[in-house]
Amino acid sequence: MIEAVFFYVFATVLVLSAIGVITARNPVHSVLFLILAFFNAAGLFVMLGAEFIAMIMVIVYVGAVAVLFLFVVMMLDINFAELRKGMMKHAPVGALVGFALLAEFTWMFKSWSPSSAALNGVAQPIPDQAAISNTHALGEILYTQYVYLFQISGLILLVAMVGAITLTLRRRPDSRRQSVAGQISRRPEDVLKVEKITSGTGVF
Amino acid sequence: MNSFTPPELITAFPEIFLAIMSLMLLMLGVAGKEEKHKTVSNFAALTLLLLAGAVYRFCHGSNLTFNDMFINDTFGAFMKVLVLIGSAVSVYMSTHYLERQRIMRFEYPVLIMFSTLGMMLMISAHDLISLYMGLELQSLPLYVLAAFQRDTVRSTEAGLKYFVLGALSSGMLLYGASLLYGYTGTTEFTHMANVLNGTGAVSLGVIVGMVLLLSGLAFKISAVPFHMWTPDVYEGAPTSVTAFFAIVPKIAALALITRVFMGPFGHIVHEWRQVIVFISVASMVLGAVAAVRQTNIKRLLAYSSIGNMGYALVGLVAASEEGVKAIMIFTAIYMVTSIGAFAVVLMMKQRDRMVENIYDLAGLGQTQPMLALAMTVMMFSMAGIPPLAGFFGKLFVFQAAINAHLYALSIIGVLTSVVAAYYYLRVIKVMYFDAASDDTLDRAEDRRLNGLLAVSALALVLFIIAPGPLLTTAQAAAQSLFAL
Repeated sequence: MIEAVFFYVFATVLVLSAIGVITARNPVHSVLFLILAFFNAAGLFVMLGAEFIAMIMVIVYVGAVAVLFLFVVMMLDINFAELRKGMMKHAPVGALVGFALLAEFTWMFKSWSPSSAALNGVAQPIPDQAAISNTHALGEILYTQYVYLFQISGLILLVAMVGAITLTLRRRPDSRRQSVAGQISRRPEDVLKVEKITSGTGVF
Repeated sequence: MNSFTPPELITAFPEIFLAIMSLMLLMLGVAGKEEKHKTVSNFAALTLLLLAGAVYRFCHGSNLTFNDMFINDTFGAFMKVLVLIGSAVSVYMSTHYLERQRIMRFEYPVLIMFSTLGMMLMISAHDLISLYMGLELQSLPLYVLAAFQRDTVRSTEAGLKYFVLGALSSGMLLYGASLLYGYTGTTEFTHMANVLNGTGAVSLGVIVGMVLLLSGLAFKISAVPFHMWTPDVYEGAPTSVTAFFAIVPKIAALALITRVFMGPFGHIVHEWRQVIVFISVASMVLGAVAAVRQTNIKRLLAYSSIGNMGYALVGLVAASEEGVKAIMIFTAIYMVTSIGAFAVVLMMKQRDRMVENIYDLAGLGQTQPMLALAMTVMMFSMAGIPPLAGFFGKLFVFQAAINAHLYALSIIGVLTSVVAAYYYLRVIKVMYFDAASDDTLDRAEDRRLNGLLAVSALALVLFIIAPGPLLTTAQAAAQSLFAL
């Protein structure tokens, strides 16, 4: 009973805030709605017993992705009204395609059933949740059976980083940078000169 | 605790070596103050070329590793050799162009190496997850490369367009993969083939999943109706990047499509045949018709590549060992032709400025007869005129289709090939019969490009004398795909 109540609360707020994301006029509000949607999705995951994914949801999506969105939205001066101008023109076509897809998928899922042979080939059966926690179970296979995929993910992230730097980093000759090594290795005798000046004569 | 045996690493030796080399070259480029792009670039080309030799020499048989997610077989080795040679050539031929455009940075060869690594992983994918990961590792550097000339609007637009559409196609692919996983309960190809083989009537979910997966992959080979990005990206990206796009990634995506549709879906040919027939016919027709009106040579080659992917898919429709063999021969010859054609495009300069219009080639037959002759060979070969190699590429593909009783498809293929011949011949006509304007092209002085052009032209002309090595290697490779 109490589970059903929580489910409906999370689900309703999730759907409403998702609608809020695409309807809000102010982009900052959109991002805030997005964060709300992530929190509720995390709640749903907890109810499914997938607490690891729930934690990831909060830490990665809310903590990093959404906050980054917020930064971008606030720092870039984008005229969203201008961007949305053409949207109404294309909306009917988009809606048509969307409904066609929806109809197709509904039709497909109506007759959906997994193959009878499906359960024989399961690579990693779900372990008993009472005996082992989510995180532990994932950790056991992530670095062993799936080490290959884990390594490729690392490479993909590296490429993303190299790509971002390549596309954005500019050498600025006019900006002055602090050279710590230079400052530390400065010695007084190299840069200071003590002159004895007799009165009546100049330095030069 | 699960019992765990460490994976066999030697099976994935070429990939591991390439990954380590890319990281080392990245460090070499970053460290120190002075510009090192020349060293990095030469090292990259050399590594890729040596690796191609190593793969050709040592990768045989059929071995699985990493929990059956990775397969190394003769089919994969053949495609990997093509990919590695193509990438090495792309790096080698781009240096001068990039330096002239003042956009040469050491990240360029490093990104190409990472992309090549992704392609090798794609070719070796034996699991839906590794398929997707390889695909992303391959695409991500391509998006960056398309936008590499970041100070021009055209290049950034090309990168952005490619990225957005690429992300959409990845989404479709993932949706398809999840449907397939939901039905078969596995992501591993052998299991999947067994599950799909056992069922009599194929579930609707499998078909939808398969079609979505194919949409994602068809985007990568720019087959109609997922081709919209191709002309714009080809035109907007820096020419050396366009050359890379045209030469290499399609080989990997084609290999992946072949592996997926001959492997897990090999038993349900009747379910996917009509889909591939549609894609293939649409690509051939659009490639032939839309190219007719193009005047920009990069756009022309983009449409030509769309059409050529249509021909390659004809071999897949045949769904036989002969068809797979035909695909491999076709791709190999297509790669050599693209190298030659883009070497010419990279040489198209007037008073040190790059030009891209077909009519800028006017009078080339008089001013630079050798260059015009080489370009003629490329165009004749693409049009499929005997005795050049391009003719045999198409011949094998259509032969496989006819042996599989696909007469209508073969006839459409030959007809579109005739239409396509029009615009290839138009380039030749412009070079030889149009009066040269005041501005003729600068003399081709880049040694690297001249060398590559000569080699690829000779390869296309001399193929008829010694076709044996390519044919027997392709035969063995095709057999290995069906041996499982």
